[in-house]
Amino acid sequence: MTAPLPVPGTPAVPVLALGNILLVTLQGDLHDGMAEQLQQDITERIAHSAADGLVIDVSGVDIVDSFLGRVIAEIAASARLMAARTVLCGMRPAVAITLVELGLTLPGLETVLDAARALELFAQAPSGAGPDRSEGGT
Amino acid sequence: MTPASDPATATSLPIGSDADLAWVRHQVRQFAAELGFGLVQQTKIVTAASELARNTLVHGGGGQARITPLRNGPASGLQLVFIDTGPGIRDVELAMTDGYTTGGGLGLGLSGARRLVDELAIETEPGQGTVVTLVAWVSRASAVRPGSG
Repeated sequence: MTAPLPVPGTPAVPVLALGNILLVTLQGDLHDGMAEQLQQDITERIAHSAADGLVIDVSGVDIVDSFLGRVIAEIAASARLMAARTVLCGMRPAVAITLVELGLTLPGLETVLDAARALELFAQAPSGAGPDRSEGGT
Repeated sequence: MTPASDPATATSLPIGSDADLAWVRHQVRQFAAELGFGLVQQTKIVTAASELARNTLVHGGGGQARITPLRNGPASGLQLVFIDTGPGIRDVELAMTDGYTTGGGLGLGLSGARRLVDELAIETEPGQGTVVTLVAWVSRASAVRPGSG
């Protein structure tokens, strides 16, 4: 009942539904409180919709520090526990270089270059089956 | 090598909230861009600043950030100082270890930030607060402005 209030004056991050996929576009400088709020929003959206895929677009993000990196990893982990597959897309080259040097390589997080490729990926492999689709082999 | 850091040109910013962290990142970015740091170096410095400013807020109970442009002959650099009056760090060496955390994070803040800049120094005593100083110099390879030599 008592959800933490976002910092006044900072709009929440919109979560867009495209069929069974949720698309989250992170923009600019994300305050810590907003990032934590987003984690809660996304998991609730997954629980209340039939979403089995989640695309996190970070092409508009200047920096990812260890806090935001952890939030993204935790969003992906909680989405997975709720049977949704997460794909991260659009990471800028400077951000990728910095993350590696920081020691945060986000293993286990699926990545593609841009949102279009992320949606293609889900189109090819619907139902959140992930890369391992061997059990349905004909 | 004693880089000229004129206290008169230092910009002090308070660190007391999420919004302050964002403002520190914004200001550091602006300084770094003006000094001619390339995009990758800017990103590293802003990321390091974000880690340390968050430490100041979360572990130090708030404090301030001081941004000072540096000049050393033809070289331009940026000094960032993060000051808090919190509990201090008991074991600095341990705190600098990858994966060590007391705050529920990933334990990459200090050790990671050190890799992102040229120098990182910590002054701390238990109960006496913490002062972390970062220095980064514009690397010639990534400088935005062509070096006039």
